[in-house]
Amino acid sequence: MKIEVLYPEAANLFGDCWNYRYLKECLPDAEFVYTSLGDTPAFADGDVQLVYMGAMTESAQERAIAWLMPYRERIAQLVSCGTVFLMTANAGEVFCDHIENEDGSRVEGLKIFDLYAKRDMMHRHNSTVLCEFEGMKLVGFKAEFSQLYGDNSANAFATVSYGTGINSKSKLEGVRINNFFSTAIVGPFLLMNPNFVKYLMTLLGIENPELKYESVIMDAYEKRLADIERMAAK
Amino acid sequence: MKKNFRFYIALWISKAAMLLQKLLGMNASYFPGKIAIKLCPDFLGRIDKPKTIITVTGTNGKTTCCNMILDVLTENGYDVLNNKAGSNIDAGIASSLLGDANLLGHVKKQLAVFEVDERSSLKIYAYVHPDYAVCTNLFRDSIGRNAHAEFISSIIERALPDDTHMILNADDPISSQLKPGNKRTYFSISRLDTDRAECVNIINDMRSCPKCGGKVEYEYVRYHHIGKFRCPNCGFASPEADYTASPDWAAGTFTVAAPDGEETYPLMSDSVFNTYNQVTVVALLRTFGLSTEAIAASFKHMSIVKSRYTKREKNGVEVVTNMTKGQNPVACSIVFDYIRSESGQKEVIVMLDDKTYKKTTEIVTWVYDADFEFLNDESISRVIACGVRLHDYHLRLLLAGIPEEKIRCVENELDAPSQLLLDGTDKVFILHDLTTPETTRLVCDGVLAEIEKREATK
Repeated sequence: MKIEVLYPEAANLFGDCWNYRYLKECLPDAEFVYTSLGDTPAFADGDVQLVYMGAMTESAQERAIAWLMPYRERIAQLVSCGTVFLMTANAGEVFCDHIENEDGSRVEGLKIFDLYAKRDMMHRHNSTVLCEFEGMKLVGFKAEFSQLYGDNSANAFATVSYGTGINSKSKLEGVRINNFFSTAIVGPFLLMNPNFVKYLMTLLGIENPELKYESVIMDAYEKRLADIERMAAK
Repeated sequence: MKKNFRFYIALWISKAAMLLQKLLGMNASYFPGKIAIKLCPDFLGRIDKPKTIITVTGTNGKTTCCNMILDVLTENGYDVLNNKAGSNIDAGIASSLLGDANLLGHVKKQLAVFEVDERSSLKIYAYVHPDYAVCTNLFRDSIGRNAHAEFISSIIERALPDDTHMILNADDPISSQLKPGNKRTYFSISRLDTDRAECVNIINDMRSCPKCGGKVEYEYVRYHHIGKFRCPNCGFASPEADYTASPDWAAGTFTVAAPDGEETYPLMSDSVFNTYNQVTVVALLRTFGLSTEAIAASFKHMSIVKSRYTKREKNGVEVVTNMTKGQNPVACSIVFDYIRSESGQKEVIVMLDDKTYKKTTEIVTWVYDADFEFLNDESISRVIACGVRLHDYHLRLLLAGIPEEKIRCVENELDAPSQLLLDGTDKVFILHDLTTPETTRLVCDGVLAEIEKREATK
C-alpha cells in the first residue's frame, strides 16, 4: 500500500502533519512517499492508495496549484476511479475552481470541484465544529482566513450540527467526491476522529482495522465530543 | 495629527477612569486606554508622544527583552515611559501615554519603550512611529489569532514606517527579512556545540526559500528555523550580524563581537534562548548609544522575573517552575529541549492549560506542533500531564514515544505531586502557563511537601 504526502515541507501548519504520522502508526506496513514541491508526484504515473495534503500558507497554496496544475487530468481521473484523497484545512482549496483575493484578483484552482474560495486576510474565522458523516460524529476546529462558496449540497462531506460548514452561513461541511474528502477542519483531524481513521483504513482494504493507542484516542474523542455536545445543547 | 474636541473628551474621561481605578486600589491596566480609543478611535495619533520611541515585538522573548531594556535604561538615569503594567495592544500603549499625559495631552517623558503585540502592529504603528524597532524572532503562535509566521511578518512589514531603525535577528530567516529598505542592525549567536546539521523539530517554517521556492540549506540549525542558512539556487542567505554573541556557559559570560571590538557581559541564565534575549538588548542599547560597561553593570544583578522562572531546593531535589506558554508550540519546544539537556535525573509536571479557557474544546493543534519528543529521554523518569485536556496530552506523550509506564495523567493539577516517582530524582520541573501563578505556587509547595513526606517515610 502506497500513501503519498504532498508538499510536506510547507503543507504542515497547525499539527496537520500528524494526520499522516498517525496513519503511519496505524499502517506500519504501508509505504509512505513524501513528494516535495516541484517533484513529480508518485500518483502521476503509479498506483497510490491515498493522497494527503495539509494546511499551508496562502503563498504556498498558490505554489501548490501551479505545481499540481500539469497533473490536473490525472487527479480528476484518480478521483473518479475512487482513489482516496484526504485534504485538511485549506489544502482542499487547491482543488476548487478559484481563490478570490480581497482586491478581486483571483488564482485559478485545479477545478476538481465547482466551489470557490474567498480570502479575507484581516478576519480569521475560528470555530468548533460538530458534524455528521455516514452516521459518525466528527469533531474539530476551524481557523481560517478563507472560506468556500457555491453549492455543495450534492457533494458535501458532512452535515454540521454545531459550528459552520464551508462558510459562516452554511451547515454543509467540505466536499466529498467518491473517496476524495476535503474538510476545512484544521490540525490533527484524524487524531480527533478515530472512527474516521477506521473508515479510511477500511477504504484502504483493511478488515477489522485496529488503531494505535486505541483506548487513549477514544477517551480523548469521547471527552471532546461530550463537551462539544454540551456546548451545542446550550 | 491635531488634537480635536473629541480627543480632549476621550482624554479627560479616560484619565478620570484611570484616577478612579487608582482610588479603588485597582492595578493599572489597558482599561483607560480602551475607553480612550473607543471614544476617539485615532486617540493614539492625537496624543503627544515621547521624542524617542523604542518598540519591541516578536513571537518569543519580547516581554523579557522589554523588561531588560527598561531596567538598563532606568539604571542609567533615563526616565522611561513603558507599557509594562498594562498590555502590549493599542489600548495598553494608550493607557501608558494617558498615565504620563497632562490634561492637554502633553507627555512629560521623552523616551518610551513599548512592547508591541505583533498582531496589533497595524493598529499601533499607524500612530506610534518608533525610532528603533526590535523584532526578537517570528514563529508560529496561537493559530486562531496569529495564523502563521508569514502572515505576521506581512503585517509588521506593512505597518512599520520606512525610516525606523530595525534591530533584527540574523539567525531568523523570517524576521531578518523585515523592512529590507530600512536602516538595520543585526544580532546573532555564533555556532554552538548543541547546534545540529538538520532540524529535529516538528516545526520548521523555512524549509523552502522565500525568494525562489528552492530548498534552503542550513550550515547549522539551532532550533526550528533558527540557524545559519542559504539557498543554493538564488543565493538568499543569513545576513552578517553586527553583534555576535559567543556564550561561555562555564564562566557565566558571553562575549560579543561588535563593530567597536569585543565586549564581555555576564550571562543571566544558561539557556540559549535567554542569551538571545541578552544579545538583542545589547544590540539595541549599543546602537542607542549606551556603553558596554553600563549595560554589563546592569546585567550583573538582573534575573529572569519570578513569574517566569523560580528554583527551590528540598532534600537535595531542585524544584523548578518554568513558564511555558501553552498555545505557543515553539516556546513549549524550547523549554522541553532545555529540560532534556539539563543534568541529572528529572521528572516533569506539564500543566499548560490556560485558566481563562479550561475546556477540552480549546483548539489543541499546538499540542501537535510542540516537540513533546524531547521529553522522551532516559534522563526523564516521569512525565505528569494535568488539566482538562489530559487525554490529549496522554495521546501526545505516547505518540512522542514516551513509554506508558513513565506517564501519569491527572485532571486536577494539585494531584500532580502525589504522582511523582522521587526515586533518584535530582530535579522536578513544573511547566505552567502565564495565567496560573496561584496554581503553580500551590503545585510547587505540594512538590516540596511530597519530597519531605517521602524522605520522612524512608
